Amino acid sequence: MKRSMQILNNVEGPNKSRLFEYNFAYLDEGTKRMIRRVILKAIATPGHQVPFGSREMPLPLGWGTGGIQITASLIGPEDVLKVIDQGSDDTTNAISIKKFFKKVTGVRITERTSMATLIQTRHRIPETPLREGQIIIYQVPIPEPLRFLEPRETETRKMHALADYGLMYIKLYEDISIHGRIATAFMYPVLVHYRYIASPSPIPRFDNPKMDHMPALQLFGAGREKRIYAIPPYTSVKSLDFEDYPFEVETWDQKCALCGSKESYLDEVIIDDQGGRLFICSDTDYCQQRRWAGQKEGLPNQISVTTRAGEKGDQVL
Amino acid sequence: MNQNTDGRRPLLKAMGLTKYFGDRVGCRNITFDLWPGEVLGIVGESGSGKTTLLNLLSGQLVETKGTVKYSLAGKDLVDLNQLPAPQKRYLMRTEWGLVRQNPKEGLRMQVSAGANVGERLMALGIRHYGTIRSEVVKWFERVEIDVARIDDLPETFSGGMLQRLQIARNLVTQPRLVLMDEPTGGLDVSIQASLLDLLRRLVSELNLSLIIVTHDLAVARLLAHRLLVMRQGEVVESGLTDQVLDDPHHPYTQLLVSSVLHS
Repeated sequence: MKRSMQILNNVEGPNKSRLFEYNFAYLDEGTKRMIRRVILKAIATPGHQVPFGSREMPLPLGWGTGGIQITASLIGPEDVLKVIDQGSDDTTNAISIKKFFKKVTGVRITERTSMATLIQTRHRIPETPLREGQIIIYQVPIPEPLRFLEPRETETRKMHALADYGLMYIKLYEDISIHGRIATAFMYPVLVHYRYIASPSPIPRFDNPKMDHMPALQLFGAGREKRIYAIPPYTSVKSLDFEDYPFEVETWDQKCALCGSKESYLDEVIIDDQGGRLFICSDTDYCQQRRWAGQKEGLPNQISVTTRAGEKGDQVL
Repeated sequence: MNQNTDGRRPLLKAMGLTKYFGDRVGCRNITFDLWPGEVLGIVGESGSGKTTLLNLLSGQLVETKGTVKYSLAGKDLVDLNQLPAPQKRYLMRTEWGLVRQNPKEGLRMQVSAGANVGERLMALGIRHYGTIRSEVVKWFERVEIDVARIDDLPETFSGGMLQRLQIARNLVTQPRLVLMDEPTGGLDVSIQASLLDLLRRLVSELNLSLIIVTHDLAVARLLAHRLLVMRQGEVVESGLTDQVLDDPHHPYTQLLVSSVLHS
């Protein structure tokens, strides 16, 4: 005790105060180690939900505590972090999480998908294709895809163990009976590596094809439910469907009003009280990059609206 | 009665089935054979161990002693407890059916009636919506439920309809053996009659083997070829239905038969 006090007293300069702050990335090293081991196990069994000792975080449950804990256990001083919420870099949830990591790690934060090494996300996969070496971390509210059909955890575990997945098709069957097509628009269940059915978290089904054979590592964290699962790079991810009702993604007859993209996932935005509306990219970074590229080539913006914050790639918090 | 259509092998063989709940006896030393195409009735008062026996047979309870053997299609008798879990589960959903007294326990109340019937087909790996749908429609007609109700929730069905739905859900995979626990319990008399009629027709059409647990001797007389009479966890008398009911030997069976109200 006495000796450690001496060490503390001997520390000079800017490091002195840091000793009294949080451990790097908030979690203690023991917890990080536990979570990393769970992640390794999850990667070894793609799509299988592995229980972990979820910790109390300084953000409420439901704000992405599962994702935050995975990020915290993986992040290093050299990492570059991007956090998105519904595709956007500047909504409350994304900003809060970025501020948190800025404070407890001091790492670089970016909005640019291509520059990030870690991407924590809620409800979207970026439009810019991810590459090898990147890790995308999904915040998951309900990790069990069978939960709404089978409330008993003992039973769903058995179903996963025996690959007994007839039940999952009931949801799709009902969609077709009632709507004439598979109407599930988000959290569309997938079969990972021909074995486990997993929830892709509440991403739109538009993003499901991006998960298939993705070069980046995909990790899923559910803080309240205390589960982590993973999809390793280049793994088969198949969206469930019927032979006569194949899986399809959403399409729009509009293009993005800001960048003109016809390929990206569009949000409908109400712009006045006269019923005026715009369709714009949900992925703010993708939209921004396209507009910059357009400007460089001397093309005018589709509309001269600058609604988006951050004219630089790196965000200052 | 086509009892010997499947060779000389029984479909199901229970040997010395015993279940204790702590010190209490659930059922004791039950032995019987069930032959293909046969309807076996299990009668007895409440608490005599009828349902315990049914739960043992269907694998929902694990026996304290004894074995249940089942003749897999084209194979010899296998001990059900020796069967690997995936195979056992598969069996329960293809070759076996279980109709419960309370249809709400045997159905998924939060999904549509059609999906309830289609579930087993989907579990078998059928991934063609049109095929599933047409099979479901066929079964709705077969158990005489209005096809217009196919996408309604079971919650909106009457008691008799629910029981019909549960039967359709179990029979859609053409099982060889169906276990029924008081299928007509809690239904009014006219509905009971039409349900029994339906059951009798399906049993002969599909050449089902059926084990039916009931406290209602009229139901037993109408459906069962053979009867087991249970009391305090043990079989006190067994034999052909008419024989047992017309000439009961055991005092308890005599009491049971004489307590039937005649209108």
